[in-house]
Amino acid sequence: MLKKLKSIPEQVIRLAVILVIIVVVFVIVRAELVPDDFGELGHYRKGAVDEIASLELKYAGQETCEMCHDDILETKSNGYHRSVNCEVCHGPSAKHSEAPDEFLPSAPRKRDFCPVCHEYLPSRPTGFPQIVSASHNPVKPCITCHEPHNPVPPETPHECSACHAEISRVKSISHHAYLECKTCHEVPEQHKLDPRGNAASKPATREFCGKCHAEENEDYPGVPQIDLAEHEPRYVCWQCHYPHMPEAK
Amino acid sequence: MEEIIQHLTPLLKEVSGYIFPNEIELHWGLLVVIYPYLTGLVAGAFILASLVKIFDVKELYPTYRIALLTALAFLIVAPLPLLAHLGHPERSYEIFLTPNKYSAMAMFGFVYAWYLMAVLLLEIWFDYRKDLIIWSRSETGIKKWILRTISLFSSDISEKAVKFDKKAIRIITLIGIPSAFILHGYVGFIFGSIKANPWWSSVLMPIVFLFSAIVSGIALILIVYMFVLPIRKKEINMLTLDKLASYLFYVMIIDFSLECLDFIHRVYESEESIKILGELVSGKLFVSLIVVQLIIGMLIPLAAIGILKIVKVPNDLKKQIYFLSAILVQVGIFSTRWNVVVGGQLFSKSFMGLTTYKMTLFGMEGLLLSILLLVLPLGIMYVLFKFLPPWEESRSN
Amino acid sequence: MKKVIENSIERKAFFKLIFLSAFSIFLPKSLTAKNSSPEESPVQDENYNAYDHKWGMCIDIDKCIGCGRCANACKEENDVPREPFFFRTWVERYKIFGKGEVVIDSPNGGVDGFHNEHSERNPERSFFVPKLCNHCENPPCTQVCPVGATFKSVDGVILVDKDYCIGCSYCIQACPYGARYLHPVTKTAEKCTFCYHRLVNDKSPACVEVCPTQARIFGEMEKKSSPLVRFRRMEKIGVLKPALNTEPKVLYAHLDMEVK
Repeated sequence: MLKKLKSIPEQVIRLAVILVIIVVVFVIVRAELVPDDFGELGHYRKGAVDEIASLELKYAGQETCEMCHDDILETKSNGYHRSVNCEVCHGPSAKHSEAPDEFLPSAPRKRDFCPVCHEYLPSRPTGFPQIVSASHNPVKPCITCHEPHNPVPPETPHECSACHAEISRVKSISHHAYLECKTCHEVPEQHKLDPRGNAASKPATREFCGKCHAEENEDYPGVPQIDLAEHEPRYVCWQCHYPHMPEAK
Repeated sequence: MEEIIQHLTPLLKEVSGYIFPNEIELHWGLLVVIYPYLTGLVAGAFILASLVKIFDVKELYPTYRIALLTALAFLIVAPLPLLAHLGHPERSYEIFLTPNKYSAMAMFGFVYAWYLMAVLLLEIWFDYRKDLIIWSRSETGIKKWILRTISLFSSDISEKAVKFDKKAIRIITLIGIPSAFILHGYVGFIFGSIKANPWWSSVLMPIVFLFSAIVSGIALILIVYMFVLPIRKKEINMLTLDKLASYLFYVMIIDFSLECLDFIHRVYESEESIKILGELVSGKLFVSLIVVQLIIGMLIPLAAIGILKIVKVPNDLKKQIYFLSAILVQVGIFSTRWNVVVGGQLFSKSFMGLTTYKMTLFGMEGLLLSILLLVLPLGIMYVLFKFLPPWEESRSN
Repeated sequence: MKKVIENSIERKAFFKLIFLSAFSIFLPKSLTAKNSSPEESPVQDENYNAYDHKWGMCIDIDKCIGCGRCANACKEENDVPREPFFFRTWVERYKIFGKGEVVIDSPNGGVDGFHNEHSERNPERSFFVPKLCNHCENPPCTQVCPVGATFKSVDGVILVDKDYCIGCSYCIQACPYGARYLHPVTKTAEKCTFCYHRLVNDKSPACVEVCPTQARIFGEMEKKSSPLVRFRRMEKIGVLKPALNTEPKVLYAHLDMEVK
């Protein structure tokens, strides 16, 4: 045995000593420094999940608001803002829910807040109520006319828009905003009672649009006009233009 | 905080097209450029030393120990830029203690440790052991003890022991070549395995890294050889130089072919990202990629050495051309690293826009620290050359 | 004699320790650490068992009005720096003009809402897309983390351990969605947690809480009683960058082909 040991070259023994020292140091350091809960659930520290889970909440959540403010909930419950949670406008209010008198949530009153959602932007989905704030009762704060917890358009809906609200909203911000529905559609008296049995008419010919948009017609200054015979004769107008929101400027 | 904000705010104006808002900050800067550059030099220098041993290239024996010590000097510095760029360098030990086995970066610790301990240090130790013992006998005082400590107080210089040394070196060299391939191929894998980034994600990345590493390593040894010998008032051996230059030439051809293949493949497949990458290469990367990396760092030295292979010129002119070519190759390989690391972060992962990298002068990511890290290996080399003279005439035969 | 036996047992234990430690660097530590029962929830809240949940989010692009309240609430709830370089969620505006011209913007991530630009041309189509961490089933970010500081928790949420992160930014490079940033003060990677601290208290994430049009729907991926199930039944659904095989748990309805 000893003889065998002696036949190992001294270089190997010296290097082996170094290797053993390195391994031992590594083992001790690893045992000391790796957190105890590391690797229990996966390759991470289990405690980290708990630390993240116990961070402080800033938004109280709708259910918390409803516990005290049932009056406002009542106002809101049938209006257009029924699914807009309180903290969308009033900001993070977890502190308010814990100490109602010490911390008061903010309440936006200025004219620049509501347009964050309701200013007209071409990218917004069609049908979402929008205004052009520059021309929509300038200067006045929105809340002078609209009750934010139950906003209603200040005028009762016109007859058509009661049912065709989406079209009417799109039209209201289009170049055809000032055209009445009846300009293009003939509506039988029975349409309101039995809409599908008595459908409103739709224009059928290019000449119909041409009443305003044909070149020979000089009654409408400023209206974009085309040569009806030359302008893409293969199509009818609404194959390319959406009449409730024509795009040409 | 303030510093970062002041650094980032003007960059908002430099953005073209659309980038994700979190992408304005470029996370891997100059330090991460230096890291693969240094590791490349290590792998390249070591592979050169190994080729000398394995194929028994007589002409290159004078560079064998120079190459080993150069590799060691650069290997010691190689992890420093990585360490300095970390947000929490003091936690870096976690890479050794709880390495994520799926992470290419976690394997860095082990590849590096393996390479340093099992390959480079061992080979140097076995190669120098006999000399260390003999030198230590003729020395006195501290130097004697330093030499003895390095030799691990070994004392056996019998023929049998020396023969064992030679055998050990051969085995280590055989393990060393694949290890060096792994060391740098794996650095390429760190980038090549990021599927989110089309500039990096390529199977060719590790192999391109590897061959550019060999190119830079050989060029470095050529520079060191031509720099050190005149200082020591020794004659440069033209045979050695010619051999080094022709190795450099052939490896550069392989490297160049691989890079061309990568380029052609990308253009031919022309995937979703080709538009933004085309914009990148013809715009923000034009100078560093086309001018510096391709023309200055590759085509000019390739042509220069190639001409010397055909046309006979006086030795003095030849030396100057070799030296200049090797310098240009270093510049070229450094910009290769730059183009990979920084270039890969200049375009948005939305493929819709480009951002800008602005270098700072001071601070951890700054130019000054980077220059220091590039100069530091040279200082370590000086110390190593003092204690372990790599010259042929110092060998104790 | 007794002493010798004890010694040899200790030695055996010691060698076992060496053996396990030397090789366990490549193994999950669970082999060497005490095994906890798999049913035990990692969260100490007694009302929340992480094993009962698998969270996901659906986003209805047609409902998003681009008000940016989600991006704002996220910054409030999670103390995200207010500067325009750090976002856990943000809103993008797409304007598609035809002939391949696509204009995308996200001024301050949408935190201040969007505004009309002067002399605006009419886009062919236009819409808003909220973005956030996709909480992938195959997360490329946790794959590359060298130390195990970012991970997929048992309820499917991708989290970051800020006391363990070394700040190498590799995860930020690996995320195809740009959903991570390096916090300028703590110097660690941060990202959306689905407001994990709210989930365990039975509350929805802050961005979902403040979305006025219910464009964001949050819930269980695998339970029948979940709004996500209805959503997935009724809508045509897409995910971002499906070719990367990350299997996002953030699903989009009415996703346009130009969304990157």
